[in-house]
Amino acid sequence: MSWILNNLPLILDRLWAHVATSLPAIVLALLISLPLGWLAHRYRPLNGPVLTGAGLMYALPSLPLFIVLPVLIGTGVRDAVNVVVALTLYGVALMVRSVSDGLDGIPPEARSAATALGYRPLRRFLAVDLPLAGPVILSGLRVVAVSTVSLCTVGAVLGIPSLGLLFTDGFQRGILAQILTGIVLTVALALALDRLLVLTGRLLMPWARTPSRRTSRRSHRAGGVERAVTPS
Amino acid sequence: MNQLWEALLWCLDPSNWQGPAGIGARSLEHLGYTALALVIASVIAVPVGWWVGHTGRGRGVAVAVSGAARALPTLGVVTLMGLMLGIGLAAPMTAFVVLAVPSILAAAYAGFEAVDRQVVDAARAQGLTEAQVLWRVEVPLGLPLLIGGLRSAALQVIATATLAAYVGAGGLGRYLFLGLKTQDYAMMLGGSLIVVLLAIALDLLFAAAGRAAVPRGVRVARQGQAQ
Repeated sequence: MSWILNNLPLILDRLWAHVATSLPAIVLALLISLPLGWLAHRYRPLNGPVLTGAGLMYALPSLPLFIVLPVLIGTGVRDAVNVVVALTLYGVALMVRSVSDGLDGIPPEARSAATALGYRPLRRFLAVDLPLAGPVILSGLRVVAVSTVSLCTVGAVLGIPSLGLLFTDGFQRGILAQILTGIVLTVALALALDRLLVLTGRLLMPWARTPSRRTSRRSHRAGGVERAVTPS
Repeated sequence: MNQLWEALLWCLDPSNWQGPAGIGARSLEHLGYTALALVIASVIAVPVGWWVGHTGRGRGVAVAVSGAARALPTLGVVTLMGLMLGIGLAAPMTAFVVLAVPSILAAAYAGFEAVDRQVVDAARAQGLTEAQVLWRVEVPLGLPLLIGGLRSAALQVIATATLAAYVGAGGLGRYLFLGLKTQDYAMMLGGSLIVVLLAIALDLLFAAAGRAAVPRGVRVARQGQAQ
């Protein structure tokens, strides 16, 4: 406890760096995966390659990816941009599937009704498809948010600032309290973000209920495990 | 791209493959860690997961544990164990097991839950004992999902084993940290590429095992549905 009190500025600094690295990755992942997921949903032949590619993507371990990326995008090894790009790629890999699954799950009647009412494709996508697919997309986004916050710490072994520096620094100096503080803050940040997403979801989609047991079972059979895989 | 070429040369240099610190030995070490951690984690998580799935008891706890574990930073667990247990295999292995248990546990009970209740009731109606229902119906039908859980656990351990070199463990992570310290980027990059290849190979292997584990009856039924 005294370690925390004595090092409050340092902790807040690391926390801020952590948020500044993980938040852009989460937002970018959402923005990129919406059109990609729509493509995978709309053009069937793309579905296989996109989802296989996404699956392989999150088989890649994070630290090696942080090291390989700089060669491909021309940054330095200790550049925080590598972490943002890598975390965005992981996020997209997870979210593309949620988006295309969410769009697949829209009842065709709702779509036909919207078309019959005179909705143009783009407006129908924004006003009908997206809200109806919303709950599935949100559940994907929650997984992305939590795993992104957790993965962000790995960059610390390369010296990239985040809460992970509390682990490496605490280990080097033999301060248990520092490592524990880092773990607790990382988990707390992840869970806080998760709650925030749930609350935002309730505000934006007041009609959405938790999916019934029946549908959740069906999703298990349709490859629920693949979705349970998170990048490491 | 030049750096990529140098890394490739590093990987192919025969002198980097020799001895106990060679690429071959380090890869085996890395895979050995992964296998051992998977076995220990399975011994703990599979019976518990099956029990939760079969009885439906403790489901809330199991869901909470496997959900919260996603937020657990692997590097934090590795350094924490390293500091508490000291140098040696015990610290990283404990970390690997802690990180592998949740996904195996989740997959074990999800596998049972995905089994159609009507199938279980039919098995009971046919006079199967509770143990027979477990071993002949729920275990084989839940196996593909369980293998999926082992798959994500294996990937988790491969990635974490790379980090564990930071606290003095062996494995391929050694090249990453040694390269970082000595500014030998070819070594870092070469080591990273080998870890990536290993992870993809393992992922494909588990994917194939998962497909092979689908019971024949289920496969036939699915084909019938698809037509």
